[in-house]
Amino acid sequence: MDLILILEQSLNGLQFGLMLFLLAAGLTLVFGIMDMINLAHGSLYMIGAFLAAWLAQMTQSFWLGMALAIPLTGLVGMVLEYTILRTLYERDHLSQVLATFALILILNESVKMIWGSDLALSAPRALSGPVELFPGFRYPSYRLLIIGVGLLVALLMWLLVTRTKMGAWVRAGASNREMAMAMGLNIQKIFTFVFALGACLCAVAGTLLAPLFAVQVGMGEGILILAFVVIVIGGIGSIWGAFVGSIMVGCVDTLGRSLLPHLFRELFPAQLAASLGPAMASIMVYLLMIVVLFIRPQGLFSRRA
Amino acid sequence: MKLKLLKLSLILNLCALTALPVAHAADKIKIGFVSTLSGPSSALGVDIKNGFDLAVKLNGGNLGGLPAEVLVGDDQFKPDVAKQFFEKFIKRDKVDFMTGVVFSNIMLAALPEAIEDKVFYVSPNAAPSSIAGKDCNPYFFAVSWPNDAYHESAGQYASTKGYKSAYILAPNYVAGKDSLAGFKRFYNGKVIGEVYTKLGQLDYSAELADIRAAKPDIVYTFLPGGMGINFIKQFVAAGLNKDIKLVLPGFSSDQDIIRSVGEDMLGIYDAAHWAPEMTNAANKKFVAEFEKEYKRLPSVYASQGYDTALLIDAAVRASKGNLEDKELLRKNLKEAKFASVRGDFKFGNNQFPVQNYYLREVVKDSQGRLVNRIMGQPIFTNRGDAFSNECMMK
Repeated sequence: MDLILILEQSLNGLQFGLMLFLLAAGLTLVFGIMDMINLAHGSLYMIGAFLAAWLAQMTQSFWLGMALAIPLTGLVGMVLEYTILRTLYERDHLSQVLATFALILILNESVKMIWGSDLALSAPRALSGPVELFPGFRYPSYRLLIIGVGLLVALLMWLLVTRTKMGAWVRAGASNREMAMAMGLNIQKIFTFVFALGACLCAVAGTLLAPLFAVQVGMGEGILILAFVVIVIGGIGSIWGAFVGSIMVGCVDTLGRSLLPHLFRELFPAQLAASLGPAMASIMVYLLMIVVLFIRPQGLFSRRA
Repeated sequence: MKLKLLKLSLILNLCALTALPVAHAADKIKIGFVSTLSGPSSALGVDIKNGFDLAVKLNGGNLGGLPAEVLVGDDQFKPDVAKQFFEKFIKRDKVDFMTGVVFSNIMLAALPEAIEDKVFYVSPNAAPSSIAGKDCNPYFFAVSWPNDAYHESAGQYASTKGYKSAYILAPNYVAGKDSLAGFKRFYNGKVIGEVYTKLGQLDYSAELADIRAAKPDIVYTFLPGGMGINFIKQFVAAGLNKDIKLVLPGFSSDQDIIRSVGEDMLGIYDAAHWAPEMTNAANKKFVAEFEKEYKRLPSVYASQGYDTALLIDAAVRASKGNLEDKELLRKNLKEAKFASVRGDFKFGNNQFPVQNYYLREVVKDSQGRLVNRIMGQPIFTNRGDAFSNECMMK
């Protein structure tokens, strides 16, 4: 157990957490403002990744593919909101869950029909190697890029939400929708904006993670569950909560996978440790959620009245 | 009286009809080929099928001197779908042989259909240890290699080479645990890390950081398909390939993986029973014809599909086209008198191959393409498997 290991794992946790934040930020605002459970958020992440991979193939450039995929995914999100999700706001949560689950299935099959079940997207060649941060410690340059972009987007989100008029409207909507409407805000418009913004963030995360994971049908479902854990921990409707929750989940997941097996090897016989380690590591995140729910049922930074 | 005579002659006729094929050669041979031919895991099945088809084509559309009819089913990576195809091909189409399945779990689900109806299953890939041992069966032949063989070979190589410490990693499921057990069976250095990840995990940042801290001489992993592709890319991106040797089972470093990963594969070691540059005449012909037909280098799976067709061809030929005498056919399958692309091999008592295994390294060939090249002497010569003594067949 040395310092480099802990440092490297913290960077890994930060990297994963920041990407989770990009997903959770959109999800928490949609949930917070419209009280709408959107399971199809993960599908936007998938569509973003597929668009980026496809466009990167066409243009022969990772960056161009990403730059084009972000607004296009935002457009897809807007169309979805206009045509389908809008009709679901007044319904109860069960209808929303059923409808957006159906949407997942439809979008999965549509993507499969258009692009096939998977596409390849590699990191830019210049970023495929490691960089030496200090003697004896090399870290993948691509992961550093993800951390940089993640922090930048988080900063922009923070500025948008706290320093602009649009942000004030969004916060007002998330805190108390009826009151915001009574004050003359066009909540519908704000919501379309938020939804498109969420879709754009999904595309950023989908593209950046694609070279580390894989661009395949159904890629959004697993990560969506973690994004839900994040917003439950952070508090629904709170961007700051989504940020703190994401970093917590990212670090607990990464450090748990790395440190728990070590710990168990010290405490238990080898056979037991080998089977207990991976099992415990994969439920650490959910344990964290239970603890938070136990202490603060509304989440760490809930904005709801 | 007349009626009785008529009946008698009818019965006699029927007897003669049913007895007829026993004495004579069949007029064609039917093969049921069920494999994973669509979806993300389809590359292996497609390669096996291409290899098999190529052998039939080069044989003028015949197997064992009989016109060959190959019925194809796509199991979609689902055991129940494979089982349905087996049932259909065996019960309705009355095939003479079944073959094709890539994955052990799918093969094990479908195999009883063939065994119950006494149809030979000639496996071009899956060869699980249970069937090598106590569940061995006269109607099962593995043309490929026992599931553990590549892992054992890698372990043996690491021992002879004197690598003192190994970090080993596999998904947390049965095949993952079996594979690392196979490696450890022949590795006498110190295993300083043994990690089981979630099946389907694609980001290995936490494990790679752990490997960096553990400083092993080698890393051995069993990560099939996309998991392995991601692991190799991330291993290189983290710069670990500069200090630590990555050793893999042959199928995790073969042509299909090389196509996805690219240059990062250079210098990786793996263990396998075949390589495209093997110089025996059968292999030279196979590789040249495969490239001509499909415009790419064959993978180890393609070589297995090709050998499967050659084995059936040789056995049926030796039986003079008689597909009804199962005992004779089995004897001729077991003698396997054909020129395999891997060079000489024979079947053990459990009808699994006894053969050589080699260390391969990913290098650039004279045309600048990435290929697996055999390095030095075989790791194992005439190696069977660890389970054949549990098999009651002789």
